[in-house]
Amino acid sequence: MDNGDQKVEKEFLVTNRQGIHARVAAQIADLAQRFKSDVWITKGNRRVSAKSILDLLTLACGYGSKVIVSAEGCDAKAAVDALGSLFKKRFGES
Amino acid sequence: MEEITFRLKGVGVSQGIAIGKAFVVQKGPVSIPYYTLWSDEAIEEECQRFEEAVRLVEEDLFGIKEGLKNDLRQYASLLDAYRLMLRDRLIYDGTLSLIREKQLNALWALSLTLSKAREIFDGQDRFADRFYDIGSVIDRLMRKLSGGQEDIFSLIRERSILVTHDLSPSDAAQLPLEKVMAFVLDIGGKTSHTAIIARSLNIPAVMATEQASKKIQTGDLLIVDGTSGQVIINPSEEDIQHYIELQLRLDTYLRDIAREASLPAVTRDGFRVVVEANIELLEEIVTAKDNGADGIGLFRTEFGFMNRDDLPTEEELYQEYKQLAELMAPGEVIIRTLDVGSDKLSAWFPPLHEPNPALGLRSVRFCLRHPEIMKIQMKAILRTGAIAGNVKMMFPLISGIGEWRAVKKILREAQEELWRFRIPFDENMPIGIMVEVPSAVAIADLLAREVDFFSIGTNDLIQYALAIDRQNEHVAHLFEALHPAILRMLHFVVREGHRAGISVSLCGEMAGEPFYVPILLGLGFDKLSMNPQSIPRVKNLIRRSSKDQCEALVKEVLRKDTAEDIRGLLMETVEKQFPEEYHFFHSGFVV
Repeated sequence: MDNGDQKVEKEFLVTNRQGIHARVAAQIADLAQRFKSDVWITKGNRRVSAKSILDLLTLACGYGSKVIVSAEGCDAKAAVDALGSLFKKRFGES
Repeated sequence: MEEITFRLKGVGVSQGIAIGKAFVVQKGPVSIPYYTLWSDEAIEEECQRFEEAVRLVEEDLFGIKEGLKNDLRQYASLLDAYRLMLRDRLIYDGTLSLIREKQLNALWALSLTLSKAREIFDGQDRFADRFYDIGSVIDRLMRKLSGGQEDIFSLIRERSILVTHDLSPSDAAQLPLEKVMAFVLDIGGKTSHTAIIARSLNIPAVMATEQASKKIQTGDLLIVDGTSGQVIINPSEEDIQHYIELQLRLDTYLRDIAREASLPAVTRDGFRVVVEANIELLEEIVTAKDNGADGIGLFRTEFGFMNRDDLPTEEELYQEYKQLAELMAPGEVIIRTLDVGSDKLSAWFPPLHEPNPALGLRSVRFCLRHPEIMKIQMKAILRTGAIAGNVKMMFPLISGIGEWRAVKKILREAQEELWRFRIPFDENMPIGIMVEVPSAVAIADLLAREVDFFSIGTNDLIQYALAIDRQNEHVAHLFEALHPAILRMLHFVVREGHRAGISVSLCGEMAGEPFYVPILLGLGFDKLSMNPQSIPRVKNLIRRSSKDQCEALVKEVLRKDTAEDIRGLLMETVEKQFPEEYHFFHSGFVV
């Protein structure tokens, strides 16, 4: 592994009532795109890029879905933390 | 020139009446040319044309967003989502590579991208609306590429009634709403985006007219009745007169009712009915109080459990319930214990994959499986009772005596634990159950001896008793609140409750439909609990009723064979006793 490269993953729960719909997916993709690392979201056995809004939508994460946010690269930890805080504050929804 | 009057019938999704000129927006499909590109230069040019179109749509979206008022913030973030979709590799890179590699023209390539996206989203039934957004972004891009007129709404010059086939959220977001008097759409329904916007802005709306955008022309004079779903095109002088008066009278009627909302609801013959609110969030207390709620008849507690990665502590729950009790005191607050299935709590429990979750490990059954969770909540509620003495505890989905005793055993343990640590709690807190499983109805006499109150949850009770899933469109029409079987059940539960000397409440959606008031009063309910918005109208009708007369009506109702007959009798009664209520709202009443 290159110097400074990290690999981080953490599990989160989709807790807003409408699940990951377009506006939420936009928040995730927009945030993920700001990091240099590759960022993924995994649900069940499917893994998609967190930087693609359409990929996120195809993951079909409803209310209560469990997902794993993972990242690999120089700012992987920061990316997972940032995305994690989005999940925790329910994307600003109820 | 004399115009011909005609009418269209749709579904009223946002109440109110509007009279004004139509502005019709036609949005036909974009025609797609099919040809391949012959040279590298042509390919490069087409790619640039596509990139330019994306850039222009991006600019448009940004412009729309900047022009939005604050109350449409949600739509602003939807526009951000649209901008990200435009640049998503599936759409952007995908279309460019079709142009480059397959030498297709941009519109053709984009239409292939669209079908590819549709394919990916296909088979995700629950998420069909997620594709809708992508479709509407691609549609916008296609219009830009085909060079068609695109910002149609900017042509609305004066206040008009907008008539169109369908409105996407992005269309709705760029509408000059201050110029829209009403919406008339060919498709859509009560839950569509436009209906929600219309209701929140108090703009009358009629949807599902099927043909409005074809039959109505810009400049036609229209009357739109958002309650009945009626649209009158080129109305006569009498029609106009009639609706102007109706509009004025409706406004006055609702204003007068609102003024009396906070007074108690007492029938003409002196019977007091407690009218309460069903709420889920602490903030909703304000709406409940504004609408005149005497108390909170159902506080749903699921929210406090589900929006987090860990289990809430007793202290956290206590703090939430405490605020609720304090804000509502001296009015009562009935807190219902956790009413969810294991699927909703997958953060802490492995999902069970139940084939039929409505009949599965949910609600009180789930809590009995995990008594430690139940006890945390019980203790928090018991403690809340010590503050103002206005809190009651209610358990959902109770189906039998054995189960109920198991619950009470855990409740006793919770009380003992509080006692041992000298934590103050309400030792005499009334404990009740929701009657929503048919088996509980059948043994209501037995249950009544062991609880302090009943609250009937008609939504689940009707679903279980009639074996109807209301979300299933094939059988939804059989979901009849006035089915004789349901009314007999309600009758029996109230009678047995009163025999045992306990109060009986109804907290399903049925309580919030004012037209049911005569039947619910006649059945003898002590309390009705409903969505806060319905309270003023329900209280108003209670005040205009006599309990005696309602009881006579129920006797007659219970002799009828079908929901249809009962509905007929009820409508007759409402029309006779509450002519104004009937006049304004009968057209929007569906059993």
